[in-house]
Amino acid sequence: MNLSDDDFTLFGLPPRQRLDRAALDARRRELQAATHPDRFAAEGAAAQRIAMQWSVRVNEAWQRLKDPLSRASYLCEQRGVPINAENNTAMPRTFLMQQMGWREALDDAADAAAVQALDDTVAAEERAMHAQLVALLDEQGDTAAAAALVRALMFVTRFREALSQRLERLLSA
Amino acid sequence: MALLQISEPGQAPDPHQRRIAVGIDLGTTNSLVAAVRHGVAECLPDEQGRILLPSAVHYPEAGSRRIGHEALAAQAHDAAHAVASFKRLMGRRRADVAGVDKLPYELVDQPGMVAVATRAGLKSPVELSAEILATLRQRAEDSFDSELHGAVITVPAYFDDAQRQATKDAAELAGLNVLRLISEPTAAAVAYGLDHGSEGLYAVYDLGGGTFDISLLRLTKGVFEVVATGGDAALGGDDIDHAVADWALAQADVDATTLNPQDRRSALIAARATKEALSDAATTEWRATVAGRDLRVAVGRAQLDAVATPLVERTLLAVRKVLRDAKVAADEVQGVVMVGGSTRMPLVRERVSALFGRPVLTDVNPDEVVAIGAAIQANALAGNAKDGELLLLDVIALSLGLETMGGLVERVIERNSTIPVAKAQDFTTFKDGQTAMAIHVVQGERELVADCRSLARFELRGIPPMAAGAARIRVTFQVDADGLLNVSARELGSGVEASVAVKPSYGLADEQIAQMLKDGFAHAEGDMAARKLREARVEAERMLLATRAALAADGALIDAAERQAIEALLQATESTARGDDADAIDAAVKALAEGTEGFAAARMNEGIRRALAGRSLDQI
Repeated sequence: MNLSDDDFTLFGLPPRQRLDRAALDARRRELQAATHPDRFAAEGAAAQRIAMQWSVRVNEAWQRLKDPLSRASYLCEQRGVPINAENNTAMPRTFLMQQMGWREALDDAADAAAVQALDDTVAAEERAMHAQLVALLDEQGDTAAAAALVRALMFVTRFREALSQRLERLLSA
Repeated sequence: MALLQISEPGQAPDPHQRRIAVGIDLGTTNSLVAAVRHGVAECLPDEQGRILLPSAVHYPEAGSRRIGHEALAAQAHDAAHAVASFKRLMGRRRADVAGVDKLPYELVDQPGMVAVATRAGLKSPVELSAEILATLRQRAEDSFDSELHGAVITVPAYFDDAQRQATKDAAELAGLNVLRLISEPTAAAVAYGLDHGSEGLYAVYDLGGGTFDISLLRLTKGVFEVVATGGDAALGGDDIDHAVADWALAQADVDATTLNPQDRRSALIAARATKEALSDAATTEWRATVAGRDLRVAVGRAQLDAVATPLVERTLLAVRKVLRDAKVAADEVQGVVMVGGSTRMPLVRERVSALFGRPVLTDVNPDEVVAIGAAIQANALAGNAKDGELLLLDVIALSLGLETMGGLVERVIERNSTIPVAKAQDFTTFKDGQTAMAIHVVQGERELVADCRSLARFELRGIPPMAAGAARIRVTFQVDADGLLNVSARELGSGVEASVAVKPSYGLADEQIAQMLKDGFAHAEGDMAARKLREARVEAERMLLATRAALAADGALIDAAERQAIEALLQATESTARGDDADAIDAAVKALAEGTEGFAAARMNEGIRRALAGRSLDQI
């Protein structure tokens, strides 16, 4: 096992989008049990430094693999098609129209119930897009299309955060 | 001629002898120390059998001080110089402290952190906390008749970097070796979880004197993992006391703003007594002597609830937010642990039970549970617990970021990230020939730098002059298991290491701590040089023991040449430790650490291999 191993190798998981979350979490517990700095509290500075490096790496890989979007980005990168969101800003027109429509709906939303209803719609679309990601990456092997879908999903996820923040404000008022 | 054997009192030459490590709950109102004895974690009492040490320090005159119960008693007649609840001042400036005008003692801004003006001079909350820690250390050493290996000290989960650093500084002043800072809710979960041995999702609702923490933890096979955390570092039982005092004074037709500190303190003491009495009785009387008059106001539970409800509601807002952060519904939580004296209030129990849809868990002593949990962890960190069943995976409570153009915050590490964690962010220069860069590190959730806590300012100098935008400067944030941040910066393209100067925006610089020790901080033993030498020798002894044990266990992992090199470093460290040069000992220890890195890396790989033995890559 190497610090330079990729995330999937580190976690003993097949490099694909579909993931067994329970297996991921169980492996993380095992790895942290072996590498956490607390395990080496009585072992001196060298052991602590190494433990720190490993523990940080384990957390980084776990964080990246457990979120479906970051996992897909990572997979595309591993397969030679980095996401490169800053340089690939062109989006299909229908998609842009949908985004604008949602933004307007959020602006017009009068209360928490309206925002929640909008969030439900967007969440359903987000789920469908994630299902499509699995198909593109695991079944069709179409990395380029997957990368484009990841970029689109980044918009959708950001919009859901905006919805969440608005809900938060309305609920704490 | 026999060589003199130098050994420190209490220092065991036998690596198998137990190391004494304690857990300390440094609370706003009360502090406690606990340790594992004969396999059981228990709180240690003072000579009078009292477990709680009030977090109060009194300066009756310059050059003397009283700590604990005596200091608390002094509040009744000398409130301006009997300081309590100073945990609220840790890592803070005067402007940050809520209700500053209602406090009976006077606050003064000092560079970095606020201080209390007493007749014994300006006292930093770090010094005040150190008095408490040193008292508890003494208590523990007397209990065991031995020196301490170290302590785990608890902090609110919501404590930011400045507050944590201040806590560590206080421990250093008190001569304590901090094994780990852990968050109070996590400590409570450890004590509770091991008590009940139950797996699942738990909420810890911790309402202490000065702070409120809400944490969600998952317990699985001895691994305690914090899922999300939140709270309010400036909300606690003290605020309920203030609200009750204000209400009672209003009932008695007294203008609260006209009171002197002494009368203010009397009103607060009476308010606290009222609050506590109404946990069991339906009615009571608030009684205080104010402005020479004996005031009495009848108070029933209904009135207390009305006064306290807005504050309790604030806690429930934080609870709902944490549930949202964790993407968990209230009914998915299997148990709600109540921590902190204020959770004895029936109103608190009712409202929290209502939110979670189940009665809250109250059987564990809310005053002792945090110290107990800390003691269990301290015992494990000292290497006493067999085979390490316990593991705490904590998170950082507040996001960390950098200032960018326009006074905005660029977040580098998000809140609720599991620690330890490291993230790097690349920057570039904006002017041709720019050779230095100012980096401002902040903590908080707001968009504007002005609304966040300033942690440190960097200056990266020595950037080779280039065209604007050509330089690549990597700033790396690393948060350790204590939740403390280390920031480093490097210019990549040229491969040139540039020097970094860090100026902490808060807290005590090393020189200030050294000055406090020199000025005869009350518990500093002997003079500074002797102390420095002692600490260097203790550290050397630890390193020698650890390395020898490692060679005994895993010597097969390295070849003869590497082993010889390590043996040479061990010899050098041992002989230097017999001398009187503390700096030389530190240097030898550092060389030993560097020289054993390869060995440590090999041991780590072997450890992981062993831990995963039996699992194959294909097993899904």
